Amino acid sequence: MSKIHVSTTLNGDAAEFLCDPSASLLDALRDELGLTGSKEGCGSGDCGACTVVLDGEMVCSCLVFAAEAEGGTIQTIEGVAESAVLHPVQQKFLEHGALQCGFCTPGFIVAAKALLDRNPDPTETEVRYWLAGNLCRCTGYDKIVRAVMDAAAELRQDRPSERTPA
Amino acid sequence: MNAPETMKQFRPKEFRHVGTRPVRPDGVDKVTGRALYGPDFKAPGMLWGAIVRSPHPHARIVSIDTKKAESLPGVKAVATGKDFPTLQSLVMHVGEGASDIVHVARNCLALDKVLYEGHAVAAVAATTPEIAREAAGLIAVEYEELPFVLGLEEALAEGAPLLHDDVFTKGVDPKPDKPSNASMRVEMGGGDVEGALAGAAVTVTGRYTMEPVHQGYIEPHACVASWGGDGQAQIWCSSQGHFAVRSLTASVLALPQADIRVMPLEIGGGFGGKTTIYLEPVAMILSKKSGRPVRLAMTREEVFRATGPAPGAVIDVRIGADADGTLVAADVEFKYHSGAYPAVDAGAGVASAIGHYKIANTRVVGTEVLCNRPAAKAYRAPGAPQVNFAVESAVDELAGKLGIDPLELRLKNAAVEGDPQTSGVPWGRIGWVECLEAAKAHPHWSAPLGPNQGRGLAGGYWGNYGGPSTVVVSLTEDGTFTVTTGSPDIGGSRAAMAIMAAETLGVPYEQVRCVIADTSSIGFSMVTGGSRTTFATGKAVVEAAREVKQVLCSRAAKMWNVAEDAVEWQDGEMVCTAGEKEGTRITVAQIAPRVAFMSGPVSCVAGINAAGWLPGFGLHICDTEVDTETGHVKIVRYTAIQDVGTAIHPDYVEGQIQGGAVQGIGWALNETYIYGENGKLDNPGFLDYRMPVASDLPMIDAVVVEVPNPDHPYGVKGVGEVPIVPPLAAVANAIHAATGKRLNSLPMSPDRVYAALHPEG
Ligand code: FES
Ligand code: FES
Repeated sequence: MSKIHVSTTLNGDAAEFLCDPSASLLDALRDELGLTGSKEGCGSGDCGACTVVLDGEMVCSCLVFAAEAEGGTIQTIEGVAESAVLHPVQQKFLEHGALQCGFCTPGFIVAAKALLDRNPDPTETEVRYWLAGNLCRCTGYDKIVRAVMDAAAELRQDRPSERTPA
Repeated sequence: MNAPETMKQFRPKEFRHVGTRPVRPDGVDKVTGRALYGPDFKAPGMLWGAIVRSPHPHARIVSIDTKKAESLPGVKAVATGKDFPTLQSLVMHVGEGASDIVHVARNCLALDKVLYEGHAVAAVAATTPEIAREAAGLIAVEYEELPFVLGLEEALAEGAPLLHDDVFTKGVDPKPDKPSNASMRVEMGGGDVEGALAGAAVTVTGRYTMEPVHQGYIEPHACVASWGGDGQAQIWCSSQGHFAVRSLTASVLALPQADIRVMPLEIGGGFGGKTTIYLEPVAMILSKKSGRPVRLAMTREEVFRATGPAPGAVIDVRIGADADGTLVAADVEFKYHSGAYPAVDAGAGVASAIGHYKIANTRVVGTEVLCNRPAAKAYRAPGAPQVNFAVESAVDELAGKLGIDPLELRLKNAAVEGDPQTSGVPWGRIGWVECLEAAKAHPHWSAPLGPNQGRGLAGGYWGNYGGPSTVVVSLTEDGTFTVTTGSPDIGGSRAAMAIMAAETLGVPYEQVRCVIADTSSIGFSMVTGGSRTTFATGKAVVEAAREVKQVLCSRAAKMWNVAEDAVEWQDGEMVCTAGEKEGTRITVAQIAPRVAFMSGPVSCVAGINAAGWLPGFGLHICDTEVDTETGHVKIVRYTAIQDVGTAIHPDYVEGQIQGGAVQGIGWALNETYIYGENGKLDNPGFLDYRMPVASDLPMIDAVVVEVPNPDHPYGVKGVGEVPIVPPLAAVANAIHAATGKRLNSLPMSPDRVYAALHPEG
């Protein structure tokens, strides 16, 4: 079977790749483009470890065909930190110890950022329901929810506090 | 949000770093996606593998025809069970439990018989994953189906299909003359149980059941193996113990251990399930045959069908008490699923059943039962939560019958230091009563409840462990330090190691960096499991750091030309305390560039077999709200109290407690393996194997109690496993409090709760 040529904008830069017609966007990111930050926990849309933003929408990249990304704009965990410092969500994950093994963390951070991009002042319940598509088996979610609430508070104050270089 | 986490201190705060919450050294890599996990690693020229698995729960392999697969363009190697060397039975103790290497090999690739649906029978390696999958589909396996057995009682019945004709029940005297599906029987206790039960004022009797559950780590198993023509090999994988990967892989392939170098990648959760091998020897064989590195990775479905669930159980309990609430007798008998090969959870189950109470007459019996399910593997406090569910439910029922507050009943009977465990060995400095007292004082215990709400509590414990660890602490040329361990970091332990080293050396946390070395770069260390790492590897860190201080002091003494005992280490500096140089100081940064050229580099190894570990105890309080229309149970408030000895990095201690509690909540309410009549798993995915998500839960208030361990330099006991023990009963007891119904079968899913509430149907 011949491969499909796909052109995208990936984390702000032009990126092209060849993919099998059956390949998922997650496969393309990980295997063709070498971005292994997005993880595969299930391949069936049930764990959120593969979460990316495609044309402004949060998606499970394991459920999107790579070929569907043609002409699209993709943001992955590798593009969350801006201008070489961590995004507040990343910073707060570190400060709250909101990761243990860290395998779910990229998906949670991409999802949490997508939430805060559209809702700067979510309630705890809103955070919990927004993140309900992301599985974490290690933390029990407590510190993740606290980190996201704290990141929201910091973003609202628009006061970039101490941020770690990425 | 619930009340913020509180810390109860039983020790004076005397530390600079211990008990602080710095950012973990591997943190930035993990929030930016740079950290490399098992499935992320690639080697140049690497082939992709795929595994063929049995569609039958029990069958004889008549033939395997690989010709079609081999002739597919792009296929470079095919492997079957026949590619393993002939192996003699040898029991190895590598992780949480012992395994016979013949069984380990057969579980990686079956030979002669398949023992469960999903059992691996063949493997291929090809130039692309698509070709590998296609080739796997071309391998023709002819099976002769055999009768199978899934249930515990069915597997023990006369005439049940026998899984192994060479397994005789261990732990019975005399040795049975017939093979059996009961692979092991463990019994402990003493006194006159029947007499005491007969004389008890109040007794409760119950049978409790559950099916297996999965550890549920989000990272599927994956590895890359490269076996060179000279016999030396490299394996890149994530595991809870790369030394266990090395020793098991070497044993099943009959290789010298020194010829295999295992590189530890970041691990995406394990919970006991990654203390063994599944893929590594198969990737090795494929690599040898193809002459190229080979990657094997599981799908989620393969993880569910073929990797270690925790055993399901049938547990019978009888407990008796005097009218004043004194527990006088307990009789506990349980059976656990081993699955396809003998497992060892029964021993820990027996030891973890009723030892938290002072009871004069006890009998605890556990039996491991083989059946046609995947081979059970350790899952967080392996063997303890199942039996604890039964015992703590029964104790709750007893409290109800006696009309005594369930917390007071537990306090009245709680074991303290010096009391005998079920084995007869006295408890050391345990913090069980301290946990119960903390629960009594916690606002949660006395908070008002809403309509349809109920509050339950349960307590439990886990023995924890020590064991062998190797650590190297080295001084760099600029005066910073590296700490090298052989213990995979599964939840922030690098931070804990750096904190303990910084504390010992008296230097800033950021000047100590901790890494995990491969099997050829440091000495042996046991798996990260048994809640041993912060205790045992931490002890080795402190020992190596102390030696570094000593060596540096002696170097300073030499430099100053004074006696060695005239130099003291103070806050990361060497100070001359006697003679004419008295009061002279030199910092580590000042001496560091020179030491290597004085009497050689400073790098100290501690290889220890850590003793003096102490068990951990926990007490959980759970509020549920039950929807009587649907049977849905919502957890509205949850408090988990635990004695940890000392919390080195409290964020990760609380995180362990919260995560363990939530795994237990999932086990209580949703999670279960569901098999069809045909012996096949019906729910091998996260959609139908429903683990808790954020919207199912409230905040989990983790209350850290600190009763330090006198046998650890900073008082560590171990944290990770205890918190999964109490939740099953805590939730059940809360449902009982809310509805008056006692559910004895897990999970307490809406259909079961509904049926209990509406017995008329
Ligand atoms: S890998 Fe895409 S949702 Fe799990
Ligand atoms: S931190 Fe391990 S799965 Fe979330």
